[in-house]
Amino acid sequence: MSTRLLVGPFNRVEGDLEISLDIDAGQVVAARVNSPLYRGFERMLLGKRPEDALTITPRICGICSISQSAAAAMALAAAAGTIPTPDGARTAALLHAVENVSDHLTHFNLFFMPDFTRPLYADRPWYETAVDRFSAGQGSAARRAVEARAALLHIVGLLGGKWPHTLAIQPAGVTRAPSLRDKVRMGATLQVFRRYLEDTLFGAPLENFAALSDAQALMGWTTGDAGLFLRIAADLDLADLGPGPGRYMSFGAYPGPDGSAFARGIRMADGPVAPLDPATIAEDLSHAWMLGDTAHPETGQTRPDEAMADPGYTWCKAPRLGGQTMETGAFARQVVDGHPLALDLAGQGGSVLARVAGRLLELARTQVVMETLLAAIRPEERFMGSHDTPSKGQGAGMLEAARGALGHWLRIEDGRIAQYQIIAPTTWNFSPRDALGVPGPVEAALQGAPVRAGEDTPVSVQHIVRSFDPCMVCTVH
Amino acid sequence: MNVLWLQSAGCGGCTMSLLCAEDPGLFDLFENAGLKLLWHPSISLDTGTPVRDLLAAIEAGDQALDILCIEGSIVLGPNGTGLFHRLSGTGRSMLDWVRSLAPRARHVVAVGTCAAYGGVTSAGENPADAVGVQYDGARKGGALEAGFTSASGLPVINVAGCPTHPDWVTETLMLLAADALGADSLDGFGRPRFYADHLVHHGCPKNEFYEYKASAEHLSEIGCMMEHLGCVGTQAVGDCNVRSWNGQGSCTRAGYPCINCTAPEFEEPGHGFTETPKFAGIPVGLPTDMPKAWFMALASLSKAATPDRIGRNATADRTLVPPTLRKPRS
Repeated sequence: MSTRLLVGPFNRVEGDLEISLDIDAGQVVAARVNSPLYRGFERMLLGKRPEDALTITPRICGICSISQSAAAAMALAAAAGTIPTPDGARTAALLHAVENVSDHLTHFNLFFMPDFTRPLYADRPWYETAVDRFSAGQGSAARRAVEARAALLHIVGLLGGKWPHTLAIQPAGVTRAPSLRDKVRMGATLQVFRRYLEDTLFGAPLENFAALSDAQALMGWTTGDAGLFLRIAADLDLADLGPGPGRYMSFGAYPGPDGSAFARGIRMADGPVAPLDPATIAEDLSHAWMLGDTAHPETGQTRPDEAMADPGYTWCKAPRLGGQTMETGAFARQVVDGHPLALDLAGQGGSVLARVAGRLLELARTQVVMETLLAAIRPEERFMGSHDTPSKGQGAGMLEAARGALGHWLRIEDGRIAQYQIIAPTTWNFSPRDALGVPGPVEAALQGAPVRAGEDTPVSVQHIVRSFDPCMVCTVH
Repeated sequence: MNVLWLQSAGCGGCTMSLLCAEDPGLFDLFENAGLKLLWHPSISLDTGTPVRDLLAAIEAGDQALDILCIEGSIVLGPNGTGLFHRLSGTGRSMLDWVRSLAPRARHVVAVGTCAAYGGVTSAGENPADAVGVQYDGARKGGALEAGFTSASGLPVINVAGCPTHPDWVTETLMLLAADALGADSLDGFGRPRFYADHLVHHGCPKNEFYEYKASAEHLSEIGCMMEHLGCVGTQAVGDCNVRSWNGQGSCTRAGYPCINCTAPEFEEPGHGFTETPKFAGIPVGLPTDMPKAWFMALASLSKAATPDRIGRNATADRTLVPPTLRKPRS
């Protein structure tokens, strides 16, 4: 006989999340994820000028704002056949990378690690260190990370005016041409951020972390806060907690004249990395409080069911690729990019450990991406090309936010937005069941999670959920 | 003073912006100012039961609440139920929670333009029927009544901005902690005057272009964006170009127009955000406090007097013509 627990408010995730758990014999036997906020951004955009999407869609999300902005600019560019200037594209990619790195830093230090400071871990050998470093809003690592993040975001201040909600990224490039002086200033900021990563997060040259080639080598890493996490992960068997679907998807990160920094594609089970076919994306509405049929985002609608009728239990739609759930995020991105450490962790089934390690790996690798992008920016070149929004057309903007695959699908008629659909990374990861009753990736990952006697907010559930780094405001939008 | 922070129907960006506070960083600032977070959805440890217990204790009057910060709009839909947003784990709408908790708080602070007036969440057809905590757009009366005052006697303090500047929030909270923010500290839309008595135009690096109405025609050009590109920095309140954002930034410094994000109903300007509406070729919308006839006279005069340097630079993406050097008289 199972009992049901309702977990919420579920904090240290971006936005609102509620999870219903069926528990039997000390473990979760079924989980249902509810995204309890509907705002209706896709409906707001209908009838507006296409360029208005550049102002409105970033405000879907205060943590993935540049990702939303870049996806909207990409969709508009696709509809118009606009190609941003090479240096405009590099600058937009640098802005985007800074946001993604900031998000990874926020996640690790403020959202994920504080769970290890809970008194129930007081008997563990690493507990005192965890409390000193990661106590919520007080820990020494948390304070240092907030400062390092704020300093890194000076690059967005300089190029994009402010963070979040910049209007700097446009279909044909960026609104500010950085000067040589700007370039050396940003280089100085990146150097300071590298020092933070190497002194504090990794405790060693970040290239050494990026060169880790398998799980065994990873678990041998002892320095920095990464080392503390890995010590905790080994002690708590986080490699066995919260396995994902084993199917990974990435839309490709930081596209530009030099190619994408991290590849686009999918990887199913132990198969090779394969091309992504966006035509097989469809959103199932069977368990969402949404009316309509399963549809590709080029034709899908957003019509909320105001009766909130069963069997719906969330405002979140259920996107599927070829009918299957997909995991997306930093770890998936590194798997699809073929990094040997990520591939080895994927071979072990994916887990809380794999997702957090994937994010650390990406922090190390993206520092190099940012340095490379900055070095390639030529201040003497043009940063904005020409762009004319057509009165009729359609386009998609598909890229990688910090949390994974983000897509905007736009259709313009009579000079106005006639269709706008968005699928955010957490829509994939935190989707509800589909018409076949198949649970979404997090719902599935929670099955089997251990529940201690007397727990009403199981800590294992919190580790698993936060390992995905959900952004709930993006999820339903 | 203790602080309870709730995230209602918004994007969370005002908290993300708040975490950009510098000199000192956010956690040091709170500690030094004696501001103690009872709970914050992005920062605090507690999830689930202890949070519900805390809310119940405040509601029952067993836990005093000094400052209630609300981020995000309040959604009334569908059909006035507020069920488009339930506070997770509680089965109750955020609308219901805000109406219940606000009267218990000594001060109520609406963080960001969504919480203040509805903001972008109320754009277009306003699908979720979003309003601000005490305003519905520019009209008083939102989730709370038009005449609401908290226990301190103040109305809701509207730290408007999309997002808010981290300092606008921290300085408001520090002033409250010092008992130094009174009714006369707020402007006609409930915004703290320490930033709302400024215009975005103050300190804008495009001021010299503005003086001559030397205008950018396309985004990325460095001229003034008032005439063609929708910039309303001469009308929008905010000290964005006085204190700057994320180090050295501001919207106009980054080459895109001020869209008046501190104002009610900025989300529906009635024209494209990067276009200036015109009547007979003349921009509609004058700088604040500027008589129209004088503006027209001065604008046409200064435009005619535009130096070559300023005129040529205005439509370039960088300075083409440097200032003429003056040799010191020896």
